[in-house]
Formats: sequence, C-alpha cells, structure tokens
Amino acid sequence: MDTLYGLFIAPFADFGFMQRALIGSLMLSLGACPVGVFLMLRRMSLSGDAMAHAILPGAAAGFLFYGLEILPMTIGGLIAGVIVALGAGAVSRFTIQREDASMAAFYLISLAIGVLMVSIRGSSVDLMHVLFGTVLALNDEALTLIGGIVAVTLVSLAIFWRALVAECLDPLFLRSVSRLGSPVHFIFLGLVVLNLVGGFQALGTLLSVGLMMLPAAAARFWTVRVEPMCVLAVLIGFASCIAGLLMSYHASLPSGPAIILSAGVVYFASILFGTRGILRARIIHHRHRTA
Amino acid sequence: MTNTCLTFRDLTLGYGSHPAIHHLDGTIRKGSLTAVVGANGSGKSTLMKGIVGVLKPMAGEVIRAPGVRAAYLPQQSELDRSFPARVVDLVSLGLWPRRGLLGRHTREDRDSVSQALMAVGLGGFEKRPIDTLSGGQLQRTLFARVLLQDADLILLDEPFNAVDAKTVGDLIALIKHWHGEERTIMVVVHDLDLVRQNFPETLLLARQPIAWGETRETLKPENLLRARRFHEAWEENAPWCEPDEHTHDHDHHGHAHDHDHEHHHGAGPRAA
Repeated sequence: MDTLYGLFIAPFADFGFMQRALIGSLMLSLGACPVGVFLMLRRMSLSGDAMAHAILPGAAAGFLFYGLEILPMTIGGLIAGVIVALGAGAVSRFTIQREDASMAAFYLISLAIGVLMVSIRGSSVDLMHVLFGTVLALNDEALTLIGGIVAVTLVSLAIFWRALVAECLDPLFLRSVSRLGSPVHFIFLGLVVLNLVGGFQALGTLLSVGLMMLPAAAARFWTVRVEPMCVLAVLIGFASCIAGLLMSYHASLPSGPAIILSAGVVYFASILFGTRGILRARIIHHRHRTA
Repeated sequence: MTNTCLTFRDLTLGYGSHPAIHHLDGTIRKGSLTAVVGANGSGKSTLMKGIVGVLKPMAGEVIRAPGVRAAYLPQQSELDRSFPARVVDLVSLGLWPRRGLLGRHTREDRDSVSQALMAVGLGGFEKRPIDTLSGGQLQRTLFARVLLQDADLILLDEPFNAVDAKTVGDLIALIKHWHGEERTIMVVVHDLDLVRQNFPETLLLARQPIAWGETRETLKPENLLRARRFHEAWEENAPWCEPDEHTHDHDHHGHAHDHDHEHHHGAGPRAA
C-alpha cells in the first residue's frame, strides 16, 4: 500500500506545484478534448496544429513588451490566433481556396513573424519556454484563466452542439434551414484558439494541440457516436495528464512532453485494440452472421 | 395571388458572370407537382439552389409566398458519411425547423422520426451507423428527413439517381402522397418516361425556359429538340446581357397564364 501511495498519491498530496499542475491540466482536458473531437471530425486536425503555431507571434509580442508575464502573452496569443483563424476561415469560405491551403499560408507567415520577434529580444531559453511551456509553474493567475476558458468552452459547446453536429454532418442542409452555418464555424474556430491559448502556458504553443488531438484521435477507435466520443476523449485526456505528471515527477522528465506522450501511448493502444482498431478488424472478425 | 407559392421575377442565377438561369419569369402554383427537366448544364440544380436561397441571384428575385417553408434535397449532398452518426441522428436534423438550435426533442419528436423512417421502408434502422447504409438506403433516409421537415415547398434534385426500380416506385408514391397533401413540389428528373407517367406539370430548361406547363404539351418532340440544341459551354467573350433591352422584349409578351401557343410553349407562364 505504501509503495502505491508513494507512487501515485504522495506527489500530488505533498507538493503544491503538483496539485496546481494536476488541476490545470485536468481543466485543460475538459475543454480541449471535446473541441479536439470536432476538429478531428471536421478533418481539421492539422489546422489545429497550424493554429497553434499561429499563436506564437502574439505571445511573442506580449513577451517582447512585458517579459515572461502570463496575461499579456495570453492576450497577444489570443489576438494572433483569432486573426489567423478568421483570415484563413474567411478565405476558405468566400474564395475557391480550401481551408488547408489558406490555413497553411496564414500560419507560416504568422510563425515567421513570431520567431523573428522572439529572437529580437529573447535568449533561446525564453524561446524554449514559449514553445514548450511549463505546467509545473502554473500560478493562480494561469489557473483562473484556464478555468475561465474551460467554462466558456463548455457553455458554448452546450449551446451550439446541435448546430455544430449539423455543420459537420451535412453543412448544405444546415444552410438550407438556418443561417447559423457560418457563425458556428467561426465560433468553433474561436474555441480552438481559446483552448490552444489556454494550453500554451502549460504545454507550450507546439504541444498544446497535442492534448486536443491525441485523446480525440484515440477515442475515434472506440465508438461510433459523437457524445460518447467526447466523453471518452476527456477521460483519455485525464488519464494522460495524471500519467504524464507522475512520470515527470518520478523520472524528472519535462512535464509537457510526458503528458502528450502518455496520450500517444493511449492512441497507439487504441489503434491496435480499439473496437474499430486493427486487431478487431483484421484478425478477430472472421465470423459473420447470416443477415 | 393567394394560390401562388413561388414567383420568379426576371431571375438570373449563375457563377462568375455567366448565367446558368437566364431571365426566368413565372410562377409556381401552391400544391402543384412540377418536374424540372433539361440537359446537363441547363440550370436545373442552379434553379433549386436559387429557390432555397443557398445561391444569391445575379439579377431579379425569387419571391416565396409568406410563411412558406422549404425542404431541399440536394443532388450533391455535402453529407459526410464518415461522421459518427446513426440514422436517427441524421433524420432528426429534419426537426430543425420545428425545434431549432435549443428546443428539446420530445417523446413525440422521437416517435415522428420513427414514423418517417417507417414511411420510407426503413423501420428499425434507427441505430444503424450511416456509413453502413447503401446508396439507396441513404437516399431514403434523406427522404425521411424531408418528410420530417414537414415543409410546404419540397425541392428534390435528382432524387432517383443510383436508386433501384422498387425504391423509385416507393419514393414516387411518397411524392404523390405529398402532392395529395397540397404541398408544392419541384423535382429535377432525367427519366422522361417517369415524368410523363407521374408529373402533371413540367418545366423544360435550357438556361432559359424552353417550355413550361402541362407535361404532355411541354415534352412535345419539337420542344425537346429545341432544348437539345442549346449550347452548354460558356463563352468567355459572350456579349454582356443588357437588362433594359430584355425587359423591353418581355413586356410584349404580356403576363402569365394566357395560352399563348404562338410562342412554342404550353399552358404555363411565359417562356421566351
């Protein structure tokens, strides 16, 4: 019992920074994982990645003017993310160019500006901090911010759920019965940016998208309905956060990559063993019914 | 006019600066069942999109009688079949006009979903994932959704594509049932025999209406020949259409419903 306690409970019970890291990352999972499910179902998984890069110049601008402060960097990141999301979304909605191309164009420009800005002032250590985050150094300010973002995300998802599902499932139908199609698309992109910004202090701009996409991608292998998929993604997110933080504590690993890698392990396990995974489809499923 | 469902007033719809529907005038009666026929590229689908409002007119307008709700079954659905949804989720989208974004789906709503599925011969398919449906089953599922929308104006764009003969029969029966309920229906169809047997009125399109009115009259050989001669391709340097000239030209024809046989068309509204 004592060893189990020592392994799993003690790190969180004994250290304030571990508790904060746990609370922060669990809250992040609660908001980011369902958003990730929709991002995946809309085939925008890589857009999330692109958006995460796009946040960089805003965060860098905050960093340039105020140093390593959470609020200015967050607001900066939010502004940059919204500009890129709206810009790329508008180009794809109102011209013939598809979202993948417009998103790539916008985020590459944005990323270049961001790296340029960080290099003007910061040392490479600062750059690393912005890119990879520090979940073990979340302060009250950061936790409040993450809490707010999660609340906004869950409320928006609850309100626009039906429209979001309709927009993914049959966008032309939604356009024929309602004008909500375009607004919902932009609200959704807003939620993506919000959650990426929420994640970037904990996990960094590059890895925050990992907590969004990996649990969602893993959950896809287990269920054929959206609602359970979102719940499962959140649970996988929770498990990854706990496992990642414990690994980081016991083996002195950087916490962000440890969390994302834990989600990665679940993802690979799901590919193999999921109810819609490789093994079930290829090996076990030889028997069939008569009708 | 109280028995008018749709009015087209000098309607031009198209893509870029090229019209796919050119200066269409006329009316669709409430409770009428109209087939829309014509060659590829003659503007049939474009007209549907214009009526439902997903394509904005380049000129003129479509006027819907007040309170008329439309249900639209597109030819190329943007439906994502890999989306994790069940048949019941897809059909329930048809509750949108009644329940909107936030209204609860009640017990009766769920029953009406089941009834709609039953009506298209898919009773018991509620829980099936949509990626396991055949083409014809999916088409019937979409019909069930139209059924659930309970619309006054029903627009079906080539609903019989890739559907077997028995299913076509079932769907035609459903369309006739709607017709019996005094709903206004427009269907884009390619099979002229099907049109002759089942549709009282026909609009023959070739960018402009070639003929419009009673089916037998509209589908006369000379009209069909004229429709076939229409030039499908756009011409990049086609002259600009001058609106004034056109209105002037049309004014001479007087208004709809005069059986003007001089002009190679049937009993329908004016066709130039």
